[in-house]
Amino acid sequence: MAVEKQAKGGAKGGGYALTTLESMIAWGRKYSIYPFTFATACCGIEVMGAFGTHYDLSRFGAEVVRFSPRQADLLLVAGTVNYKMAPVLVRIYEQMLEPKWVVAMGACASSGGFYNNYTVLQGIDKVIPVDVYIPGCPPNPEGIIDAVVALQKLIETGAPRASERWPIKI
Amino acid sequence: MTDQRISIVLAKLIERFGGEVVSTHSDFGDDTALVRRERIVEICAFLRDDADCRFDFAMDLTGVDYLGETPRFEVVYHLYSLKNRQRVRIKVRLGEEDPEIDSVVPVWPGINWYEREAYDMYGIIFRNHPNLKRILMYDEFVGHPLRKDYPKTKRQPTLGPEE
Repeated sequence: MAVEKQAKGGAKGGGYALTTLESMIAWGRKYSIYPFTFATACCGIEVMGAFGTHYDLSRFGAEVVRFSPRQADLLLVAGTVNYKMAPVLVRIYEQMLEPKWVVAMGACASSGGFYNNYTVLQGIDKVIPVDVYIPGCPPNPEGIIDAVVALQKLIETGAPRASERWPIKI
Repeated sequence: MTDQRISIVLAKLIERFGGEVVSTHSDFGDDTALVRRERIVEICAFLRDDADCRFDFAMDLTGVDYLGETPRFEVVYHLYSLKNRQRVRIKVRLGEEDPEIDSVVPVWPGINWYEREAYDMYGIIFRNHPNLKRILMYDEFVGHPLRKDYPKTKRQPTLGPEE
């Protein structure tokens, strides 16, 4: 009853907040990131640790892992991607719905890491746009949490996504 | 005791295929025989079936590129006997002009993918192999990357810019 009274009173005077539609949507997106993990190497183990109970990525609203790219909005590339795998990665990226973000986790996904040979792609940003890079080999779960928080800031501020300035012209 | 056991295998191999065995050694207890390629399937079947050998497990097959030497290539078979708990290593040298050898898939079906890998990486042809195509590299890849004359900096990306 008290709640009803308060609501009625609120309609008459006071108790409202102003915002824009964009920031309302951004606020909602920020806390409902659906990740898709593209785990090809040891980074994948750290991803499992981040989603587990100890580090608990769900505190940041990014715990519902989607194993279909069509239901995800964050592509978490964890591990080495080689030339044979590159077309698969691009196809998965293209299947995701807009708006979508990409995190390159670890040295291999970011730059090829210590593999510079006949088969390893020298960073996934050669074939798809990347929003956030995580350093480390492999990064620990805090690195993934840090990347999710950085991504939340990007979403919140409405910063242009990497795909909007792709390909990068130098 | 173990050393005697190992030399029995090599002795039997020399006794049965004297003309085929080029050289043998047992350095550091590793039983090794260098043989000619012509009767490799017979040799492998003998090593699998003989009562003193019983090498029922082909653990590994790999290629080696001795660039600058003649013959250039080598195929190495690592065999293990689960029954007698012993190992033997069989090596075959192959020339650069025709790096071909008979497949031993009829002897050990599990060697299938190892032969495909040796073909993929070194370009060694295994005759009568049931499915000799690339296993690690993509089909569009040109050349054999573990050959010593494959350019170290050569890249063949499927997508994206050339390095």
